[in-house]
Amino acid sequence: MEPSPATTAPVSTVTATSAIPAPVQDTRPAFDAQNVSIFYTQKPAVDGVTLQVPSRSVTAIIGPSGCGKSTFLRCLNRMHELVPGARMTGTIRLYGDDLYAPEIDPTVVRRRVGMVFQKSNPFPTMSIAENVTVGLRLNGVRDRAFLRERMEQALRMSALWDEVKNDLNRPGISLSGGQQQRLCIARAVAVQPEVLLMDEPASALDPIATSKVEELINDLKKNYTIVIVTHNMQQATRVADQTAFFYLGKLIEFAPTRELFNNPRQPQTEAYITGRFG
Amino acid sequence: MPAATLPPANAVSRETSSPAAVPRDNRHGWRKGKSTLASGVSLACALIVITPLGFVLGYLILKGASSLNLAFFFNLPAPVGETGGGVANANVGTFVVIAIASVIGVPVGIFGAIYLTEYGGRRFNSVVRLGADILNGVPSIVWGIVAYALLVNHDVVLFGHTIWHKGFSTLAGGVALAFILIPMVLRTTEEVLLLVPNGYREAATALGINRWRICVQIVAKTALKGIVTGVMLAVARIAGETAPLLFTALGNRFWSFQFHGPITALPGEFAQGFAQPIAALPLQIFSYAISPYDDWHRQAWAAALVLILLVLSLNVGLRYLTRDRVVRVMTKP
Repeated sequence: MEPSPATTAPVSTVTATSAIPAPVQDTRPAFDAQNVSIFYTQKPAVDGVTLQVPSRSVTAIIGPSGCGKSTFLRCLNRMHELVPGARMTGTIRLYGDDLYAPEIDPTVVRRRVGMVFQKSNPFPTMSIAENVTVGLRLNGVRDRAFLRERMEQALRMSALWDEVKNDLNRPGISLSGGQQQRLCIARAVAVQPEVLLMDEPASALDPIATSKVEELINDLKKNYTIVIVTHNMQQATRVADQTAFFYLGKLIEFAPTRELFNNPRQPQTEAYITGRFG
Repeated sequence: MPAATLPPANAVSRETSSPAAVPRDNRHGWRKGKSTLASGVSLACALIVITPLGFVLGYLILKGASSLNLAFFFNLPAPVGETGGGVANANVGTFVVIAIASVIGVPVGIFGAIYLTEYGGRRFNSVVRLGADILNGVPSIVWGIVAYALLVNHDVVLFGHTIWHKGFSTLAGGVALAFILIPMVLRTTEEVLLLVPNGYREAATALGINRWRICVQIVAKTALKGIVTGVMLAVARIAGETAPLLFTALGNRFWSFQFHGPITALPGEFAQGFAQPIAALPLQIFSYAISPYDDWHRQAWAAALVLILLVLSLNVGLRYLTRDRVVRVMTKP
């Protein structure tokens, strides 16, 4: 397959000297979601959500199970399309580009919008190094020096380099759970997406590994826009600049994190964050 | 949990932990007896599974090993009436027929399975799956008849050109075996592809890797060992098939790569060999076993031993080659 322009552009601009990717300079909102509804059956899983995700900051999505927060996250990089029968209405723009325009290839969207999952899932047939570079290699990058440089850079950004630099050829799944999750983050940032989506990235980790991932999120937001779905409200207060509360598929409230937790405007938000349901 | 909160390991024994829950009466003996019985029965069944292999191998070695020597491998069959001679042509013929069947059948089976697990819709899949299961149950001689009807009994004409002249041939034998191979490879490959956790597909999709590469480089690679095992089982099965070859490859007491033989329309001189009847070990065994000559009977035993060793070494060899390409933790995402 020929690499598409979206991947070749960063490849050609990154030089050997750049330690981290150039921050996205655009000051527009990273995501501009207008009236987004998603249906798996007749009933909408996400119902008329309008939301603007600011660039280079961390946005948390909280809400009880089944409120559509993961579904909404997945439609930001068109992952929900893997579910047969899923439909979406409304528009989502990434820095002004309509992600659902008919001429847009979903694989290009996913290269611009990376994703980290709840369960760490390094590829079992690949070494640590191969896991990090797989997104580049399988998108047609052959230059070994470039791959090597990008691998080190991604591992450094994921705060994993010092722990694995002598074991790069060991299988990715030989790492501990927390390391595996950071390896997955390295794998996602190695393709230099503009945005990182995280679907409960720390819910399967112990407290120490969780705090490492949270530190990492704080580091990454200098260069990336991050949208994180979490069940853990403390985590949202620790990492997120702004928080969106979803309930029954609807966006109930979206505000700076401190404001949402200290001064919720909606009674449902207050009920949820004070633990009365959910 | 800190070790200090655990009681010392030797304290957790039947005597001290909860005597009320496990009374030390004669029922304990009965339970133990049942357990021993159950493990004994399953051990016996496990032994029954491998016993036939032991017997078959042992008996073949007993009857066939004395007739085995290098000449048996490298000589053509002796003219009828003379003793001696070997099965060199049948060895080669077996490999050629299996190779043709594999070249046709393995890709069709594997890519078909990839379609089923990675692309296909539920209803279409269940139709294909049912079809493959039915085909798996078709007696192998039927596939011989099918190949006979297609390639032995009449010419193949495409756009007015005769691309295949009828007759007993290597190709017909290979095609007959490919018919058997395809549904077996399809089903076993499908089973192992379904075992690959969806998390890997999702992770690869989220990296913007295109779907076809995910199927081949992530999913199929993760399941490689299982696929190879399935293919090997299928190949081992067709290696010993006699019935489909009886009226397709027919058998041949000579080398069948007659590069200057009768002209066929297949491109290349090499391909012309495929238009000739060819020897194969099962056929040789069959024709020798039903012959009236003691020497041929001995050779049939030896050839049977060769065939089973060939299948065994194919299996063991490929397992060795793929030993590191294992999905180590299949239960993880």
